[in-house]
Amino acid sequence: MKIKQNIAISESGFLFDPATGHSFTTNPSGLRIMQLLREGKNKSTILEQLAQEFDTEHDTLERDVNDYLNMLNYFKLTQS
Amino acid sequence: MKIKLVIGVTALNAIDSPGPGIAVIRSLRDSKKFDVRIIGLAYEFLEPGIFMHDLVDKSYQIPLPGTGMEALWQRITQIHERESIDVLIPNFDAELFNFIQLADRFKAIGIQTFLPTASQFENRHKTNLPQLGKISGIAVPETRSLNTLKDVRNVSKDWTFPFFIKGRYYDAIRVFSEEQANAAFHKLAAAWGYPVIAQKNVSGEEVNVTAIGDGKGNTLGAVAMKKMYVTDKGKAWSGISIADEDLLLQSKKLIQALRWPGGLELEWIKDANGNYQLLEINPRFPAWVYLATGCGQNHPEQLVSLALEQPVEAIEAYETGKLFVRFSFDLLVNIEDFEKITTKGEL
Repeated sequence: MKIKQNIAISESGFLFDPATGHSFTTNPSGLRIMQLLREGKNKSTILEQLAQEFDTEHDTLERDVNDYLNMLNYFKLTQS
Repeated sequence: MKIKLVIGVTALNAIDSPGPGIAVIRSLRDSKKFDVRIIGLAYEFLEPGIFMHDLVDKSYQIPLPGTGMEALWQRITQIHERESIDVLIPNFDAELFNFIQLADRFKAIGIQTFLPTASQFENRHKTNLPQLGKISGIAVPETRSLNTLKDVRNVSKDWTFPFFIKGRYYDAIRVFSEEQANAAFHKLAAAWGYPVIAQKNVSGEEVNVTAIGDGKGNTLGAVAMKKMYVTDKGKAWSGISIADEDLLLQSKKLIQALRWPGGLELEWIKDANGNYQLLEINPRFPAWVYLATGCGQNHPEQLVSLALEQPVEAIEAYETGKLFVRFSFDLLVNIEDFEKITTKGEL
């Protein structure tokens, strides 16, 4: 999964899709996922990275990351 | 060095359903090519632009469009004798026909315009959209002309509610029953004349494009905007510049089909399937055209260059993610100023 190239992501977690005019805010952990996606990381690498950075159970982490990626798809912020 | 010009601009009604005049003037004031003296042309005494002395250098009252072409001609020539107008930019749908008819006579006395022909003006009319859609390959919601109550009855039987009843020039009312459709028909016929238009409702996201064509089919500039806040009159009170390739491509196709000369606004809706359908073509700049200027495309400046037969390069790029937010502001006006515009027809 990749974030659409034209999506603007600020350091504060503000996202803007210039094709639709939609804007979103994301929390710091969501922002970290977006940054890792931008770097071209796949889901398993993202999970490994987040497991090192956040103190959380693997199952919880995987569920939250899945939810987040589904949400990015729902809002059409991703491309294949 | 900037070229000094005197430019006459109409539609100074910067009200809750604003005319484009003030946005056009702000764009011209921002021009890097022209140093402009603005002559405001107003129909009503209380058009706010008359009293915006930092934007409008001098204002004159002009006769209402219904008074006819000759009355407008007399008044403009009278103003021209005093002000030596170089370029005229009319900005109201309802006045355009008179200005189009007078364009050659204006040119003969040294006033330049850049307007569509009468047939181009008619071709983009709401009633002609389905035909235009067929020619240009653009999706248009089903549309019918209404001239009698029988037409209203028929459309109410054939279509499911809600749908829109639209005025010939302005206004649209969403109706949910035949009774409401009848009332809307009478109201809009009284305000804007016949035909009244019925248009099927399309659910989706409204996006508009302000653009300028060179009259040969080329688009010289186009900026898209998504409405973020809409007033009860359906006007954008705030919006954001966006750049959807498909939307801009469709807009250019339409300008190509119309061979449109000058400014225009295209009103689109993105339906549930993500396809754009054309709701309306407004034959002049929109009231939000200053957003385009702020994003890097000064369409009114391009229009003046076209009117003066200067070469104009097409601009493709513009800044996205720029917002406009309208606001209300109480101008304080001295009674002497109000007296001048009401008694002398100028300020």
